[in-house]
Amino acid sequence: MTTTTVSTAAAVRGAAGATVEFRGLHRRFGATVALDGLDLTAHPGELLALLGPSGCGKTTALRMLAGFEHPDAGDVLVDGEDITAVPAHRRGAGMVFQSYSLFPHLTAVENVAFGLRMRGRSKAARTGRAGELLDLVGLSALADRFPHQMSGGQQQRVALARALALEPRVLLLDEPLSALDAKVRLSLREEIRRLQQDLGITTLFVTHDQEEALSMADRVAVLRAGRLEQVAAPAELYARPATVFVAEFVGTTSRVPAVRAADGRVDVLGLRLPVEGELPADGELDALVRPEAVRVTADPKGPGIVVAASFLGAVTRITLRLADGTEVKADVPTEAAAGLPVGASAALTLPERPVLVDRRSSV
Amino acid sequence: MAALTPPATGAVPTAPGPKSVRRRARPRVWRGAVGLIAALYFLGPMVFSVIFTVKVPGEGFTLGSYTGILGADGFWDSLRLTLELAGATIALTLLLLVPAMIAVRLTAPRLRILLEVLCSLPLVVPAVALTAGIGSVLQWGPDDFANTPLFDTFNSIQNPDFPVVLLLAYVLMSLPLAYRTLDAGLRALDLATLVEAARNCGASWPRTVLRVVLPNLRAALLNTAFLTLALVLGEYTVASILGFQPFAVWIVSVGGSNAQLSVAVSVLSLVLTWVLLLLLAAAGRGRSHRSPRTSRGGAATAPVTVTVTVTVQENS
Repeated sequence: MTTTTVSTAAAVRGAAGATVEFRGLHRRFGATVALDGLDLTAHPGELLALLGPSGCGKTTALRMLAGFEHPDAGDVLVDGEDITAVPAHRRGAGMVFQSYSLFPHLTAVENVAFGLRMRGRSKAARTGRAGELLDLVGLSALADRFPHQMSGGQQQRVALARALALEPRVLLLDEPLSALDAKVRLSLREEIRRLQQDLGITTLFVTHDQEEALSMADRVAVLRAGRLEQVAAPAELYARPATVFVAEFVGTTSRVPAVRAADGRVDVLGLRLPVEGELPADGELDALVRPEAVRVTADPKGPGIVVAASFLGAVTRITLRLADGTEVKADVPTEAAAGLPVGASAALTLPERPVLVDRRSSV
Repeated sequence: MAALTPPATGAVPTAPGPKSVRRRARPRVWRGAVGLIAALYFLGPMVFSVIFTVKVPGEGFTLGSYTGILGADGFWDSLRLTLELAGATIALTLLLLVPAMIAVRLTAPRLRILLEVLCSLPLVVPAVALTAGIGSVLQWGPDDFANTPLFDTFNSIQNPDFPVVLLLAYVLMSLPLAYRTLDAGLRALDLATLVEAARNCGASWPRTVLRVVLPNLRAALLNTAFLTLALVLGEYTVASILGFQPFAVWIVSVGGSNAQLSVAVSVLSLVLTWVLLLLLAAAGRGRSHRSPRTSRGGAATAPVTVTVTVTVQENS
């Protein structure tokens, strides 16, 4: 199966991945600022995920690259060529949409061949290539089915094949998995990643699902209110978030009271720790702590009381309440969690690593 | 696992008792009664019309009324004019409405309500009032524009061979029906996504509309065409007051001299309407069985039949 797929991928491989650049993109919809000076570059052949909460501008940026939106200011470049004014049908970008976007009156193979038909390719040429692409996504047996005769996952695979048919310079994925059930989403996620790597096509992938972004992307760009917060490889983004927003948006964090020390470090849970990034000049402080960083041991004299436990498989996520009411989440091995029932007292500690610190919110 | 197994007792559906049989039988009786009344209401007049045309007192059964239609003075001219007007009305209505509705949906959704109100206006303007207005314009127009190029325009739009003024009136009158039908078709589509997908595949705007939007509006387009055709086939008031003689006006005029021929033509026009309906339905079915979206729009065909039948009957 793998051999077939790889050889088919080699057969359908088009142009090498392109460099995509967003330069100072601004876009406003009425009073809403969708993009506020976005600067971002996707390298050739990489899968760059655009991650952020609803309304952060990730889809707007993708649609600008596709040619469906036009920036109020700024440029969109592909391989150094400014395509800001190029109409959508001449951009050479393949796109898979969030909603099922197959043409209902065409079969799977006709859908895939549609773009080639628009390019004036002969019927034999377009049927042949559409067949190859359907083979690539494992749907050659469903070539003559209409969209309503296929499942959501199958439709999105056909949409992927259609997007690849014109050998696009860039592949754009606008939350293509969000309408699918969890199991299909997982398998299609892996399939998209495998195809993208086989074809070496530069891909921009919009998602609000951090797990999806972290598991698929070479790099993840986190957006907030139309601005880029951080762009980094998933592991770096998780381990060394550049901002408090990234730390809190990607993964789970607990806010633990921290006290400013004279040497520029902070005291957290009885430990003096260095600060990651900048230390706020004034105000009360919180340290942002990942649950897997917190070590918990059963201790009748410990400062925390277990108030909740969620079984997550290999680990159990325990919520501890400190004397001042602060709640701290900690991941402990499930076997060890048996010794930390709800109501038990426990001691907490952190590794001696720099922590991200933020001004305590008044709420 | 055992907890997932349905309990052996208490969950077995019990056989319906005599009471529930009686309850189920009652709607069947009512359905039959309503069906019978409807059949009598619609088929009764038609049956008696047919009997009236084929039974001549003293002569018995004869098809003379029907054979006489083809040779009747004005039959072919009025039929040709009506079909030409119908074709032109359908084409003009679709050419006006389809691009406008697509453009409004895609670029200015807020204008949809305005377009709907504009297209519905003919519903609140009675045909007589509309005709009176058109008649007044046609009367003062030539006087006011006597020395301008518009003078010839006023004359040419009243050419009895193809009265453009009648075409314009019919387009206005068909707007409410056409708008509703096309709107239903467009609502069944995720138009924005389909258009963007087509554009992303390299289709220009005209090709997007021709290759993606129109094929998916097939049923709505056919229904619009059929409703417009039915409207033009049965329209009497405007044509009669403006002094033209399309099919419906000819039927009435011939009825004064030959009642049997007039009714025979009415029956024939009903058959003609049904044949056209079947042709359009067959054309729609060609693709609609392949796509649930188009067949959804196509569901409007059946109720349309009744409307047309009544319209033609009333006007003839």
